[in-house]
Amino acid sequence: MLTLVLPRLVDVSAVSRRSASVVERNVAALKSVYWLLLLSGFVEPLLYLLSIGVGVGALVGDLPLPDGRLVSYAEFVAPAMLASSAMTGALAETTFNFFGKMKYMKLYDGMIATPVRPFEIALGELGWAMLRGSAYSAAFLAVMVALHLTTVARALTALPAAVLVGFAFGALGMAVSTFMRSWQDFDLMGSAQFTLFLFSGTFVPAQAYPTLLHWLVEVTPLYRSVHLIRGVTLGVGGWAWLLDVLYLVAMMAVGLLVASRRMGRLLYP
Amino acid sequence: MKRFGDFVAVDGIDVEVRSGEAFGFLGPNGAGKSSTMRMVGCISPPSGGELRILGMDPVADGPAIRARLGVCPQLDNLDPELTVRENLTVYARYFGIARRAARERADELLDFVQLSERADSKVEPLSGGMKRRLTIARALVNDPEIVLLDEPTTGLDPQARHLVWERLFRLKQQGVTLVLTTHYMDEAEQLCDRLVVMDGGRIVAEGSPRALIERHSTREVVELRFAAESQEPFADKLDGLGERVEVLPDRVLLYVPDGDAAVAEVSALGLNPANVLVRRSGLEDVFLHLTGRTLVD
Repeated sequence: MLTLVLPRLVDVSAVSRRSASVVERNVAALKSVYWLLLLSGFVEPLLYLLSIGVGVGALVGDLPLPDGRLVSYAEFVAPAMLASSAMTGALAETTFNFFGKMKYMKLYDGMIATPVRPFEIALGELGWAMLRGSAYSAAFLAVMVALHLTTVARALTALPAAVLVGFAFGALGMAVSTFMRSWQDFDLMGSAQFTLFLFSGTFVPAQAYPTLLHWLVEVTPLYRSVHLIRGVTLGVGGWAWLLDVLYLVAMMAVGLLVASRRMGRLLYP
Repeated sequence: MKRFGDFVAVDGIDVEVRSGEAFGFLGPNGAGKSSTMRMVGCISPPSGGELRILGMDPVADGPAIRARLGVCPQLDNLDPELTVRENLTVYARYFGIARRAARERADELLDFVQLSERADSKVEPLSGGMKRRLTIARALVNDPEIVLLDEPTTGLDPQARHLVWERLFRLKQQGVTLVLTTHYMDEAEQLCDRLVVMDGGRIVAEGSPRALIERHSTREVVELRFAAESQEPFADKLDGLGERVEVLPDRVLLYVPDGDAAVAEVSALGLNPANVLVRRSGLEDVFLHLTGRTLVD
């Protein structure tokens, strides 16, 4: 894989400049309606946090962590909401919007007639998705600090973790989108996304599931994301986060590679 | 050469376009014109053969070549989320043109294609002719050495077509190399120094418009319309007159060097057509002769 990626990265400055021009296009296209959409992406996880984390949390009481510490249910749920909002924010941009731009707006058909290449389009779109995702994450972390669900220092560490989560899901979503035939196919993706949201140790510790299911859950990407961010916001020590980071970096690399290859095939028939 | 699975879209064509020249690919739909243009635009790798653009290899040097090309595709793919001006400035950024320079260039080009008044409008409400002009302006944003135009005036009204032609002619005068496809014969005659006629992925004729007409048609064409159900019996009597006789459902065409002399001969034969038209032979006659009158899709 490295030999495939390396030659393209040789001309790093040209690649980054051209990817940046794709981001710039999106900034220029930003219109007032879009801001409402951005707002909804932030409000949704906040509503979950308040209704389930705080509301249901009052009934559930405190939860024991693997290291024996007791935390409130809201403290337990908040990082999971952050991880899934990073996922949702990135996916919204790299699935629906990306697919629409490629298939219906024919936007990339115009771009590839310039020096910009499919890999750079993929990188630019992912970068743009992450600007959006990072804004959600930062706002959500601010709320967590305000509600005393984490400390400022931990929140500052959690932000890059959330950004990584966004990058990984964004790249995966883009790769999946290149296989989509029509909007109907996105229903399936929505279901998959919701299933992940419910079962990735978000509301219930994964240890509560039967062993087989537990193992299954542990290899899903959102579980790794929740695990990573929860470890940071709750201040769990050890090296367990390293596995999560490696998992997400690999997911991002594979997603980006598949997406740019598929785009090349679709755009350069 | 270009293959899509078992289908051969472009089956070995051999052309050389010189710098500063206006070169045309003519042919009916499906002749392989657009596939050729996509290969020249470095957005479709050739399946075989050798292709050099500006002395470079389109597969290895795609970005470097595209930086010096302007492309006006058959179907407008303007950015519907941007304004008219932004379509140019944002596109300029894809070429790495500085923001300031991009703005200046955009204003210059909007003026060139007469869209300055619509600069802040969205793309969607523009008429077909305006969109086309904007697409042409966008193709010029990087000051290209070669401009590729795939059917630049298809679907435009006569006014819009003439405006586009006039602008393209000005580009040609500025020394820009134009490569265009068209199936409008008047367009080819107006713009092209040299052209090839393609059919079924191959070249069937090559030369300047004038030379093609001389080689594949006669100087004049006489159109005779007889007041009868069938033109066939009259055509038999005309056999041998001029270089070629072609029978259409509603008229008979005589390909002759001298139209008036031929009309006199027709009268001498005792034939009385209801309608007689003598005209100069054009590229359309060459085109239909070479690629046939049958509709191929």
